Amino acid sequence: MPKKYDTPLLDELEKGPFPSFVTEIKKAAAKNDMAADELGLLEKSYRDKRGYWKHGGIVGVRGYGGGVIGRYSYLPEEFPNVANFHTVRINSISGFFYTSKFLNEMCDIWDKHGSGLTNLHGSTGDLVLLGTTTENLEPIFAEFSSRGWDLGGSGSAMRTPSCCVGPARCEWSNIDTLDITYNITQEWQDEMHRPAFPYKFKFKTAGCAVDCIASIARADCSIIGTWRGKIEVNQDEVINYAKKGMNIQEEIVNMCPSKCMSYDGKNLKINDEDCVRCMHCISKMTKALKPVGEKGASILVGSKAPFVIGATLSWVIVPFMKMEPPYDEFKSLIRKMWEFWDEHGKNRERIGELIIRKGMREFLEFIGVEPQSQQVKEPRRDPFFFWKEEELKPNSELLKNR
Amino acid sequence: MSAPQRRTDIGPPHYKDFLPPVIQKNYGDWKYHEILNPGVMVHVANSGDKIWSVRVASPRLLSTDTIREMAALAEKYCGGYIRFTTRNNVEFLVSDEKNLESLQKELKDKKYMIGGIGPRISNIVHTQGWVHCHSACTDASGIVKVLMDEFADYFTTKKLPNKVRLAVACCVNMCGAVHCSDIAVVAVHRKVPTIDHDKVKNMCEIPSTIASCPTGAISPDPAKKSIKINADKCMYCGNCFTVCPPVEIHDPEFDGVAIVAGGKVGNLRSNPKFSKLVVPYIPNNPPRWPEVTEVMRQILDVYVSDAKKHERVGEWIERIGWEKFFKVTGLPFTHQHVDDFVIARETFRTAATFKW
Ligand code: HEM
Ligand code: HEM
Ligand code: HEM
Ligand code: SF4
Ligand code: SF4
Ligand code: SF4
Ligand code: SF4
Repeated sequence: MPKKYDTPLLDELEKGPFPSFVTEIKKAAAKNDMAADELGLLEKSYRDKRGYWKHGGIVGVRGYGGGVIGRYSYLPEEFPNVANFHTVRINSISGFFYTSKFLNEMCDIWDKHGSGLTNLHGSTGDLVLLGTTTENLEPIFAEFSSRGWDLGGSGSAMRTPSCCVGPARCEWSNIDTLDITYNITQEWQDEMHRPAFPYKFKFKTAGCAVDCIASIARADCSIIGTWRGKIEVNQDEVINYAKKGMNIQEEIVNMCPSKCMSYDGKNLKINDEDCVRCMHCISKMTKALKPVGEKGASILVGSKAPFVIGATLSWVIVPFMKMEPPYDEFKSLIRKMWEFWDEHGKNRERIGELIIRKGMREFLEFIGVEPQSQQVKEPRRDPFFFWKEEELKPNSELLKNR
Repeated sequence: MSAPQRRTDIGPPHYKDFLPPVIQKNYGDWKYHEILNPGVMVHVANSGDKIWSVRVASPRLLSTDTIREMAALAEKYCGGYIRFTTRNNVEFLVSDEKNLESLQKELKDKKYMIGGIGPRISNIVHTQGWVHCHSACTDASGIVKVLMDEFADYFTTKKLPNKVRLAVACCVNMCGAVHCSDIAVVAVHRKVPTIDHDKVKNMCEIPSTIASCPTGAISPDPAKKSIKINADKCMYCGNCFTVCPPVEIHDPEFDGVAIVAGGKVGNLRSNPKFSKLVVPYIPNNPPRWPEVTEVMRQILDVYVSDAKKHERVGEWIERIGWEKFFKVTGLPFTHQHVDDFVIARETFRTAATFKW
């Protein structure tokens, strides 16, 4: 029987309607020594108002440089069963779809070799198995990989890519988010498992500008589906929305950021040339409005949390790119970016930070992308720009054909 | 029994093997969807086929017992098919309309919280906290629990002007991407780490400790065979503690949380935005952090009564102006609110127009 701890503070967090993580830890603690000590340690954290974890040496499985995150307790004598309590990241399925068969198998392996505690999912999108010992790592990896599952990424490597539900269950997806995610994961296995980058690199793929996977805020490379064409209007359905009480003028037309819609009480008109494809109208009137035309994605680069240089959102590098298997154009773009990063990046410098340090021009020239007005909100505000030798033509030449 | 055969570099299984047949058949061919109630939506394909999704809350930290229970429910009502959302909710994928009512009934009987779809509060994105991270200045799971208890009816029933996306990060690394949430909690240390010089000497590699500091605040202290920290440069990130535990960043008397608001990631109506600081500090008060829920409630209530339909928190604040936001919420404006980090000047008011 695992040790039983008194947990008066954590018990307070079993009250209330929202499902309780404390109840979850207790369920595991009833039959698992590691989970029991995790509960005891957490109660102590609540009592002392501080964490009791620390970093330690590098742990992992043979042949891989990532996928396992070493975690050690500050108090190994008091809580011996969580003295080492490592996280195993399992590469999730595109779109986070599972079957009961797989989940049950995962639980069997994890009850046998780990704490019985998980995160579904970690912030990066891995299936996170929370807490096991160093000796258990190889058996866990063998169990999973023999069944066709692999570890996710960690450290200075490509991290497990993730995506929105996309074409699997959403009418707005302009690209096959699940396939892109699966395809690049398979393409770059080595980059995932053997950290060789200056720092981490995350891909997130959203089917449209609604961005249900928050790619623009938390991926070094954000792939956001879009289209070149129009919004097709079904006027009968517009009438239906109005009948059901939608104030089309207030809720749709007035909220359009590009002021490109008009409504005469019956027909809804869109000036497609001015639409920026923000998805507001489409998401509110899904039966009436449909994007039509050439489908593809915008490729943005650079978002990260505030650390060191301040938070960044990803910015546009390629405004429009077709995204069809085998995604060769996209892959060669990414390879050029990695080459640039490899050549110029400092240790622990994200690619976005590097681009800011070296300048967009150098980056764009290196990867072979032309400057386009879609890449910026506005042109520069200062007159401090430079010319390269080959751009400098004398005035006499510039004026020759006038 | 012999050990199973390990394989490397195989990547994850193909997603097609995990999609319900109706999704495989109508993949990329959906026509529209409708929200039937706060926890149920139906997607209709051009072929006329339908799939119902029943969404329930999850604490994200799940035991194998609970996952097995969910798997059993999926088997009973969904042909075994189940998925998770970006915000860690669970979705039961129902292909047979007959099962819709009985699934919801059993979920309710088992005390699952059904909801989170539409203009509501969905699950709170969060990170590890005291449960499992070395950097944590608070416990993310605990704060998430008390906030979701407080706002439960905005998950299960009541409507908001638009979605409100909450997040909790347990330190400034912000693993959960709180920097673009409608309202978020980010835990902060407030003091320069203390150094146990004797232990540093024995336990740490001085060069790597110096290199760990993102702001270059650490320099060698040759006399003590240790390091020193320039207090003017330190931003309390705790990286040095990470590589050298005798440089102690945890401080129960001075650790707590800040509240930020007004961020969004979607492009709808207005561009994605960062969250901005609204409350610089609230002391840690486990197990239920009542001061945090109080402030969150204060902000949310004003948003609910003042915002126009479809306006996100950040869009509402931009319409009324930040000066008015502080007035209507009654939150104090302090030195900490005026940026003095790397891109500060972009936040200064370069116009003579403002409200009182
Ligand atoms: C130097 C700066 C470091 C920073 C800013 C940092 C930041 C972070 C962040 C943001 C997380 C996310 C935790 C989560 O949600 O799972 C994390 C997790 C983790 N980090 Fe670090 N880390 C640093 C160094 C290290 C080092 C040197 C190690 C190990 C030697 C390490 C080991 C871990 C582990 C094991 C986790 C996983 C925690 C979990 O799964 O519960 N970190 N760290
Ligand atoms: C050695 C250092 C670091 C480690 C080991 C680390 C580890 C992690 C882990 C484990 C996660 C996933 C969290 C989860 O599973 O719930 C994560 C997410 C994240 N980390 Fe880090 N982290 C480190 C440093 C940093 C730094 C320095 C930053 C900020 C500049 C950062 C920003 C983020 C963000 C924004 C996320 C969430 C984004 C996403 O899920 O894609 N991390 N990190
Ligand atoms: C090498 C750089 C620059 C030089 C040599 C320069 C020079 C000048 C000169 C000679 C004037 C006219 C003064 C007068 O009429 O008495 C002026 C006005 C002005 N400059 Fe600059 N300037 C420079 C950069 C900038 C920049 C970067 C900004 C803003 C970001 C700026 C903003 C202004 C403004 C607002 C005025 C007043 C314009 C007006 O009265 O309509 N200048 N500048
Ligand atoms: S990002 Fe767009 S395509 Fe993807 S699930 Fe959200 S709305 Fe659908
Ligand atoms: S998608 Fe956005 S910009 Fe385009 S018409 Fe609709 S609301 Fe306007
Ligand atoms: S936000 Fe900070 S404390 Fe929380 S999990 Fe991430 S690194 Fe750890
Ligand atoms: S807490 Fe962060 S900023 Fe301060 S000295 Fe340590 S590493 Fe540097």
